[in-house]
Amino acid sequence: MTTPTPSQTAGPFVSIGTAWATGDATIDGEGSVVVSGKVFDGAGDPVGDAMMEFWQADAEGRFPPEVPPPWSGFARVLTAPDGSYQLVTLKPGAVPGASGESQAPHIDVSIFARGLQQRLVTRAYFSDEGPANATDPVLAALPEAARATLVAERETEEPRPAYRLDFWLQGGKETVFFAPW
Amino acid sequence: MAGATMAGGQSSMRAEMTSLDVPAPDPAYYCPAYRSTALRSPKNPLRILPAGLTERRAPVFGPSRVRPEDADLTAGLAGEPLGERVVVAGEVLDAAGRPVRNQLVEIWQANASGRYNHSMDKHPAPLDPNFAGAGRCLTDDLGRYRFITIKPGPYPWQNHHNAWRPAHIHFSVFGTNFTERLVTQMYFPGDPLLPLDPIYQSIRDKNAALALVSRFDLGTTVEGWALGYRFDIVLGGPTVTPVEL
Ligand SMILES: [Fe+2]
Repeated sequence: MTTPTPSQTAGPFVSIGTAWATGDATIDGEGSVVVSGKVFDGAGDPVGDAMMEFWQADAEGRFPPEVPPPWSGFARVLTAPDGSYQLVTLKPGAVPGASGESQAPHIDVSIFARGLQQRLVTRAYFSDEGPANATDPVLAALPEAARATLVAERETEEPRPAYRLDFWLQGGKETVFFAPW
Repeated sequence: MAGATMAGGQSSMRAEMTSLDVPAPDPAYYCPAYRSTALRSPKNPLRILPAGLTERRAPVFGPSRVRPEDADLTAGLAGEPLGERVVVAGEVLDAAGRPVRNQLVEIWQANASGRYNHSMDKHPAPLDPNFAGAGRCLTDDLGRYRFITIKPGPYPWQNHHNAWRPAHIHFSVFGTNFTERLVTQMYFPGDPLLPLDPIYQSIRDKNAALALVSRFDLGTTVEGWALGYRFDIVLGGPTVTPVEL
C-alpha cells in the first residue's frame, strides 16, 4: 500500500480555484434554514480568507447517490473579510452512525485556509434538536463545554429559522476539531 | 447555550471513544517556521469522529458541472498565456490503491511570472491577461486526470527574510468518502527552493514529502508541444480507522 499524499495549506488564494462551486447545496425555498457565523483565530481576529465546505444529509437523512440531483448535500462558502460565512440549506435529518445507531441532525464542516496545514473538520448540530442531541454518540463523547462549540444556536424565526455558530480555531473558546482522515 | 444535555447512560461510550489514540497529523497544524500557523492551529487534541453515514459518502460532481475544456488553463481567453506550456497528469487512488473514478480534481496556481490573479497578491510581477490560473476536471474510469497549463513561477512571500515559495500547483481532490478529502500542493523536480520552504519542509515523513514532487515523464510529454509531468495522488490519511458496517 502506498503512503497517502500529504496535505499542504490551501494558501491565501484558495478562492481562485474553488469559488466556481460556492453555494452548491444552497436551497433557498420552502423549509430552508440559515446557518451563519464567523471564523476567528487565536487572537480573536477574523479569518477572512478561509474556504469552508459543508456536507450533510437531506431532510430524510440521505446522501447522493441515494438522493437524486439537484440535491448535492455539498456547499462551499468563502469567508468575508470580517470572517463571516452564511449557509442557506435544508435542515438535515438524522443519519446512521458508526454502528448503525442514530446520529442527531448535523452538518460536517471543513475549513481550509492559509496557515492551516491540514483542513480542520468539525460539525454543526442544531440547538432545537435537544432530544436527538442528547443521544448523539459524537456529542456524548465530549465534555459539556466542548459539546457546546458544535451546537448552532437557533436565533430567529423570520423569514426562516436562523442558527448561529462561530468557529474558533484556537484559544479559550476553541472549537472541537476531529481528525480529518 | 440551549444545547444538548447528556443522559447519564452515555458515560461508558464517552470513555471508550476518548481512549482511541489520534495519531499526530503530518504536517502538524502548528509549524513554528510557517508563521501563519501560529494563531490558526488548534491547541486541543483532535478527536476521533467515528465514521457514520456522513463520513462514508462524498459529493458527486457530474459532467454537467465540469466541462472538458475546464482542464485546459491555456485556453478560454483571448490569447495564449506566456510561459512554458506543460501537461500535468496522473491518477487518483484511494488508500487501498483503487482508482477514484469520475471524481473532481481542481487546481489553481500563479502565472509564469509567479503572480496570482487575485486582488490580494501584491507581488510586483506582471499579470497575464490570458491566464486565470484555475482548472478542474473529473477523473476517468481509471482514476486518471490530465491538465494543460503553464509552469508557474516561484514567488516571494512575507514569512521570513528573503522567503520564496518553490513553484507549485495547488490541488484539491475529492475521494469516495468524506475522510478522503485532500488539498495539497504539487512541486516540480529539482527546484532549489524546496529545501528552504517551511511549508514543504513541515512534512516529517520524507517519503511522503517526495510524493509531492512531480516527475518529468516523457510518456506524458507531447512531441513538439509541451513537457509532461506526472503527479499521482493517494487519498486517505495516515490512519484509516476500520469500521465495521
Ligand atoms: Fe501558492
